[in-house]
Amino acid sequence: MEIFGLSSSALLSQLLLGLVNGSFYAILSLGLAVIFGLLNVINFSHGAMFMLGAIVTWMAGQYFGINYWVMLLLSPIVVGLVGIVIERLLLRHLYQLDHLYGLLLTFGLTLFIEGVLRSIYGASGLAYSAPELLSGSTDLGFMVLPNYRAWVVFSSLTVCFATWYVIEKTSIGAYLRAGTENPKLVQAFGVNFPLMTTLTYGFGVALAAFSGVLAAPIIQVSPLMGSNLIIVVFAVVVIGGMGSIMGSIITGLGLGLIEGLTKVFYPQASSTVVFAIMVIVLLFRPAGLFGREK
Amino acid sequence: MIFGGTNSGTALATAKVAAEKKRIYINNGAGTSALTNEQCSPYTIHYTYDTIALANGSAKGMMDKGLKTWYFLTADYAFGYALEKDATNVINASGGKVLGTSKHPLNASDFSSYLLQAQNSKAQVLGLANAGGDTINSVKAANEFGITKTMKIAGLLVFITDVHAIGIKNAQGLLATEAWYWDQSDQSRKFAGRFMEKMKRMPSMVQAGNYSSTMTYLNAVKAAGTDDSDKVMAQMRKTKINDMFTKNGYIRKDGTMVHDMYLFEVKTPSEVKSPWDYYKLVSTLSGEKAFTIPPDSKCALLNK
Repeated sequence: MEIFGLSSSALLSQLLLGLVNGSFYAILSLGLAVIFGLLNVINFSHGAMFMLGAIVTWMAGQYFGINYWVMLLLSPIVVGLVGIVIERLLLRHLYQLDHLYGLLLTFGLTLFIEGVLRSIYGASGLAYSAPELLSGSTDLGFMVLPNYRAWVVFSSLTVCFATWYVIEKTSIGAYLRAGTENPKLVQAFGVNFPLMTTLTYGFGVALAAFSGVLAAPIIQVSPLMGSNLIIVVFAVVVIGGMGSIMGSIITGLGLGLIEGLTKVFYPQASSTVVFAIMVIVLLFRPAGLFGREK
Repeated sequence: MIFGGTNSGTALATAKVAAEKKRIYINNGAGTSALTNEQCSPYTIHYTYDTIALANGSAKGMMDKGLKTWYFLTADYAFGYALEKDATNVINASGGKVLGTSKHPLNASDFSSYLLQAQNSKAQVLGLANAGGDTINSVKAANEFGITKTMKIAGLLVFITDVHAIGIKNAQGLLATEAWYWDQSDQSRKFAGRFMEKMKRMPSMVQAGNYSSTMTYLNAVKAAGTDDSDKVMAQMRKTKINDMFTKNGYIRKDGTMVHDMYLFEVKTPSEVKSPWDYYKLVSTLSGEKAFTIPPDSKCALLNK
């Protein structure tokens, strides 16, 4: 069977690849959405944190012989702690100011972190192999899918929906959501709001680091790996609606699929299709597909 | 005098200003053959390599092995286009065929989609008309998706530092055209050793070319007894270049430094005897055959 001049098996395989990329978008935009939702900070250092997650994984393997599975847990914790330090020392002082200050600070941090690592490791990047357990590939009939890619989809979706569940369905999540609506009132009820913001930022950053670990065996671990991706992820967040949890997950996956199809029909546009969609969505729904106007 | 420029677009712009101001411009990093062809200038020297030489090296190398059908992965900007066009000319001229092309954005992180399209084309050769991080990620993904089992990968611009970054396991069997390799002669090994001591990595052809061209320039200034652009250019044109970079290289009227180019194949892990021992020589292409041949050139300086 042919669809748009493409065999259905070829189309299916491209959609599957789109889903892999969509998983990365989903988990990265989820972290941004969580941070924006509670802190009102446009976290431009998200890409750098993604990169740190990957590079910490590489370092641990290279210098200490720590394997992938351990780092899948350890790297988000380490990078999350870095995030907590950033929030405590720097970001905290900007909450009373305009969004732009937070954006500038995190953008500056990105340039700084990338610059330092680039001068140490160079720009061409470091190779990191997939763990033995996932290194083979499976013949699906219509395509050969590397097992590792299937793992990426599975693990990011699991983490995404677990996060959604915690925020939307548990009491901790209820505090979080209440905090985004009215922080003063939540504090009056005896909730330690500053601690909550710190931990939330740490968690958002840890999500970025987690996807960095997932990406390490797929793309070259390099100081600039985050900056190539982050602009698209920002567009995803804007399309989904700033601060919307489920919105960012669904939009991330959806745009991965659309981008995947663009790569088949007109590859030159694959880096811009997301932005074209962003423009259209903003024209008709300024708060994004799933966002609410405040 | 200006050295440098790795982006083809900025290199062409720099060459133009340098010509207006009558300053010598020596480029080692940029690929575009327009520097010495359509947009040649009496003050430009294109020293290490250009897209024509890369195309001649890699495309001819593959054709000689009997691999005649190609699919290109092309970076969507001036350099990628030039590389694809020059390689396509070589392929068509020697009876091969290009079955398809995917033009990907610069610094794309995911190549799997294009690779599957390449595989579906049933071409024998996957030509990578891209560079740096894009080449590295293409080769990695090609291994992951098993493309390397059915297609031979020809990197049109691969630096040894890229091979190092990809890792020998994934890079093995890759064909690459280079102007220079550290393990070629006593002189090149000596230079590479000194570089290694300071930089903790082996020099690429561009780094070696930068060193060689700097020495060529300085020696010409010394011999001419002046740094006047016209006199130094004349001095450089009449002196053969024999150093750690090349043997009997010479600077042609169009600004091309004509020298031998080499087609290398990346060794298998078991063939690697020491760190950075990555290449085995497949063939040597003489400078006259590697770079633009005068009848094909649109450079007015060359044919008058």
